[in-house]
Amino acid sequence: MLLSLGANPLSGYATMFTAAFGSLEGFSETTVKSIPLLLVGVGICIAFRANVINIGGEGQMVMGALLATAVALAFPAFPSFMLIPMVLMAGAVGGAFWGAIAGALKAYFNVSEILSTIMLNIVAVQFMNFLLRGPMIDPAEIERGTGIPQTMRLSENADLPILLEGMRMHLGVLVALLVAVGAYFLLWRTAIGFRIRSVGYNPDASRYAGISVPKNVTSALAFSGAMAGIAGAILVFGSESHRMVTDGGSTGFTGSAGFNGIVVALLAGLHPLWSVPSALLFGGMLVGANALQRAAQVPSALIIALNGLIVVFVVSSEYFKQRYAQAGRVEEPDDNDNGVIVTEGGNNE
Amino acid sequence: MSDSFAVMIIVATIASGIRLATPFLLASLGEALGQRSGVLNLGVDGVMLLGAFGAYYAVLQTSNLYLGLLVGIGLGLLIGLFYAFITLNLHAEQGVSGIGIYLFGLGMSDLLFQKLVGTPRPILPFMPLEIPVLSGFPIVGEMLFQHSIIVYIAFALVPIMSFVLHRTTYGLNVRAIGENPEAADSLGVSVMFTRYSAIIIGNGLAGLAGAALAIELGIFQQNLTNAMGFIAIALVYFGAWSPKGVMIGSLVFGLVQSIVLQCKTFGVIPRSASDLASMAPAIITILALVVVAKRFKQPSALTKPYVRGG
Repeated sequence: MLLSLGANPLSGYATMFTAAFGSLEGFSETTVKSIPLLLVGVGICIAFRANVINIGGEGQMVMGALLATAVALAFPAFPSFMLIPMVLMAGAVGGAFWGAIAGALKAYFNVSEILSTIMLNIVAVQFMNFLLRGPMIDPAEIERGTGIPQTMRLSENADLPILLEGMRMHLGVLVALLVAVGAYFLLWRTAIGFRIRSVGYNPDASRYAGISVPKNVTSALAFSGAMAGIAGAILVFGSESHRMVTDGGSTGFTGSAGFNGIVVALLAGLHPLWSVPSALLFGGMLVGANALQRAAQVPSALIIALNGLIVVFVVSSEYFKQRYAQAGRVEEPDDNDNGVIVTEGGNNE
Repeated sequence: MSDSFAVMIIVATIASGIRLATPFLLASLGEALGQRSGVLNLGVDGVMLLGAFGAYYAVLQTSNLYLGLLVGIGLGLLIGLFYAFITLNLHAEQGVSGIGIYLFGLGMSDLLFQKLVGTPRPILPFMPLEIPVLSGFPIVGEMLFQHSIIVYIAFALVPIMSFVLHRTTYGLNVRAIGENPEAADSLGVSVMFTRYSAIIIGNGLAGLAGAALAIELGIFQQNLTNAMGFIAIALVYFGAWSPKGVMIGSLVFGLVQSIVLQCKTFGVIPRSASDLASMAPAIITILALVVVAKRFKQPSALTKPYVRGG
């Protein structure tokens, strides 16, 4: 692919790799880029395990970021040790709320979550534009008459502490890792996780066993949204400008993490812990792509196109896995295996 | 005086609503055909983007608008073939692989644009290209008959699609396979051929929709469609899988958009409130989905891969 763009593929990949993992600075950049991917990816793992396809990561990130920003604007004087947990919680709540709407629409009104999450993305983006151009705009922007749609510099007490002197790696990295481990425990060590997986694996049997399908579909999407919401909050408070800015769309703010997180989760076999290396890989690709753009004039849009192809290949390869399993007369692997996605249309009848 | 001014504005609003509805209509007609055969295609937006870029680039190179449309359709057909292969032969999960196609189209169209056209080049001067297409049609009313040829093609496709779906053997096969592929297969209808053709034609229409959009706007930019393809998918549900319903949905959508635009330009509502108004289409769609989910049934075999004897 690089070759067709008129660049030496080997030196191209070398450039990408060195930029992303070759130095401590590069690696710190990679971890920062990986945070939203990991968080959204972990959320996707939870949703897909419940057989719910969450395409609303973008909107959930935006809503989480907005609520977190609002909290930081409302309580700027709170000390860091209180304000940082508060804004992260606010992010989780905002995202969870947005996810739960789609969940409830699916569970109680039979509306395909694929469509509702896409629509909710659009609503969230417009809501962000409205808030950042109106009620939440930096007063200085109005005074100067420039009117850039952004908040003022948010309280320093909400800045995520830098982990390595002089680098960009900040507390968000630890938060994301913690959430990934937490999600693993949630899915495989708690009753909630068991119910979510059981509803995804066999809704009829679950219903028969007394597990409420609608409730667990809703909660799976709420958990999924919460993780995306935290990602949104981290994007705001870990950013270099420490404010929330909109360019009119969602990708300017999220960097398409809401979609790319799906790729991360799929490559990780829908496993929260495997999502960590997977997210690092994609974070590294983003950093590397930027370096490649500077070094060889290969547009970084290449990475989005590649991600798309990866999704297609990962999903298509399920077929060969199943064929292989049948040929060896092996029974269907249990649900702890690499997340075979079995969607049954979801909303018939 | 003020009356005729009001009439002028209303006419202009409706006319632009019809124009805005056209890409939605083309894309959602294609999606409706695919879904009727039981295959969900979430990649519409990506296909539209590629079609839009292809058409834009072709017009840029040759100044031939028809060639632009053909390139758009051609790219759509190609992706359709690929999508049919992965969903029908490899049984790829349709929701997720569609997102893959979307990401591919989003990245690829941007990549090609930056590589072949270059970022800094201003592209607005190509606007006047659409003028020759407007001519040659009798002006019955400003509202309905002063559009580009793409608009007529799109609306002509509605009765054609209805006819094909309900009055031809092929259409019967498509509907049968979307409801009960086993039964259709046992009667000797080729599930593979029917679904392949429906997907390929559907994606061709999505490519055409992108081409129509790019030529109408006279530009291409990164993420030109801005989720229009996803709305087109929602319109299929909105229109309860019938071509006529899809057309009504597209028109409602186009009109809402054009009313919001008019209000913005005339400053009827302040800038910040117009952001809230921009939410209207998405919210209307969600509400419509709630109603549709209650009253209409989607094709029973939608998203289910067909395995003979399986």
